[in-house]
Amino acid sequence: MAALLVLAVLAVTWLVPFAWAVLTSLKSEADAGASQITLSPPDGLSFEAYRKVLSAGDIPSWAWNSLITSVAITFITVATSALAGYAFSRVNFKGKRLLYAAIIAAIIIPPQLLIVPLFRQMLAFNLVDTYWGIILPQAFAPAMVLILKRFFDQIPVELEDAARVDGAGRLRVFWSVVLPLSRPILAAVAIFVFIGAWNNFLWPFIVTTDADLMTLPVGLQTVKSAYGLQYAQNMASAILAALPLVVVFLFFQRQIIKGIATTGFGGQ
Amino acid sequence: MTTEEVTAQGKARAKRGETLAGWAFAAPFAVLFVLFLVVPAIYGLYLSFTGETLTGAGSGLVGFSNYVDALRDPDMWKSLGNTVWFTALSTIPLIVLSLALALLVNLGLPGRWLWRLSFFLPYLLASTVVVMFWSWMYNPKLGLINGVLEKFGAGPVAWLQDPKVAMISVVITTLWWTIGFNFLLYLAALQNIPEQQFEAAALDGAGKWRQLFSIVIPQLAPTTALLVTLQVLASLKVFDQIYMLTNGGPAGKTRSIVQYIYESGFTGYRFGYSSAISYLFFALIVLVSLAQYKLINRRSAA
Repeated sequence: MAALLVLAVLAVTWLVPFAWAVLTSLKSEADAGASQITLSPPDGLSFEAYRKVLSAGDIPSWAWNSLITSVAITFITVATSALAGYAFSRVNFKGKRLLYAAIIAAIIIPPQLLIVPLFRQMLAFNLVDTYWGIILPQAFAPAMVLILKRFFDQIPVELEDAARVDGAGRLRVFWSVVLPLSRPILAAVAIFVFIGAWNNFLWPFIVTTDADLMTLPVGLQTVKSAYGLQYAQNMASAILAALPLVVVFLFFQRQIIKGIATTGFGGQ
Repeated sequence: MTTEEVTAQGKARAKRGETLAGWAFAAPFAVLFVLFLVVPAIYGLYLSFTGETLTGAGSGLVGFSNYVDALRDPDMWKSLGNTVWFTALSTIPLIVLSLALALLVNLGLPGRWLWRLSFFLPYLLASTVVVMFWSWMYNPKLGLINGVLEKFGAGPVAWLQDPKVAMISVVITTLWWTIGFNFLLYLAALQNIPEQQFEAAALDGAGKWRQLFSIVIPQLAPTTALLVTLQVLASLKVFDQIYMLTNGGPAGKTRSIVQYIYESGFTGYRFGYSSAISYLFFALIVLVSLAQYKLINRRSAA
């Protein structure tokens, strides 16, 4: 009983910032800026802040930029990691060990430390303020290659041999035998890459200066100062930005929880 | 040709075929990996030995002078100190509290999915959103926290402006944001402990607390080791939430090393200098990783 009480208090504490943000976003600006805490604002609840943010702001276009870039990053990362993971797991090619060692070494390099040289490179490639500039440096993940390799290692080779005897080439075996068996892990990898890309701040912040190309997290950062004292609009934008991932979570709860539990990837 | 020669030739051809296939599969990844990780890593190392600025003035090799300057730079040491302090302050509660939460939820109380959702939901948010929520919570006049304190006749506290409190506020926000990941890993590990162990212990007369310290915590040791490793490395790289909550203030009290790298490069335009600090910091990360690796291996060997 005591345990239940402690747990309930903690869970409520964890939900308070959400609840308070939602409540503020549903107030009129006058009520939101009033200096007392109130659950029943004098002006009543209103959707005014959401209407303003959605009609006047850049939020819809930033959300679009986030969606395009995150989907591209997810697609490219999953495809390249699966192909490379398969090569590491099943093919004995020259240079394999060298490449593998390089990947292991690269995992401890924090991408934050490469921002200066990467930005200079983007200038040289003419990719600053483009979708590709946001996408490419995020579209590969050494850790995911290792996770997928480990998964492919567990698939019995006999399953592939049968297809090969029938004359199927490597790509065909990969596509029609290995990938269908790997659906759960591919889904988990895709969800994590998507969440990471959708939420990433530092790199899109550095590579975009044009407000039309900003992703949602970067754009919101500019809104925060632009709105200044408009607390209700501020919270409405934050809620709108959080919403897509909450929906993703509700849909893919199982895969997300299983993904963390079995592979331990994620991490800020 | 003898049969041996024929098979040798066939083997060589098969080997070439394997290499071709292997690289064909690995190429899309390898190209991105080399272009956007290996090349910038090498280019950054080169930059760190130059006097590069935005305008290109003062470029050319300058030997180790950027490194020497960095080691003599009080601001570099201060932001490094802040980062280590943040790591120390955040790692301990992020491990202990997440374990406590997982133990509580694992007791089998009703409403399991709701607990899981409450603690995990913040982990899904972008740092910008987290900071918007918490800037509002910490707002000196209108914020919920000071409002509640006021009801109890306490406060107000300048959460983000008071040099004594600002880092604690950053840690609280980080705790709220990231605990869900550790919590889920612990919860999964708890479910892997065989039930029989508890039954056997109960038969031997071990109470719940006794079971916690002699069964649960030792069984969770590998998970704890993994989480501490991930946590320390993640905390050392902190940037987003501090940059947006306090911009490193007040008076540089919360400025992290990544923010200092960012500022030297992108607002000070000292690309060479910024790269040198990156490499010094990278050396530190390698040392920390090696130390942790040794510690974990020694423990599991013992």
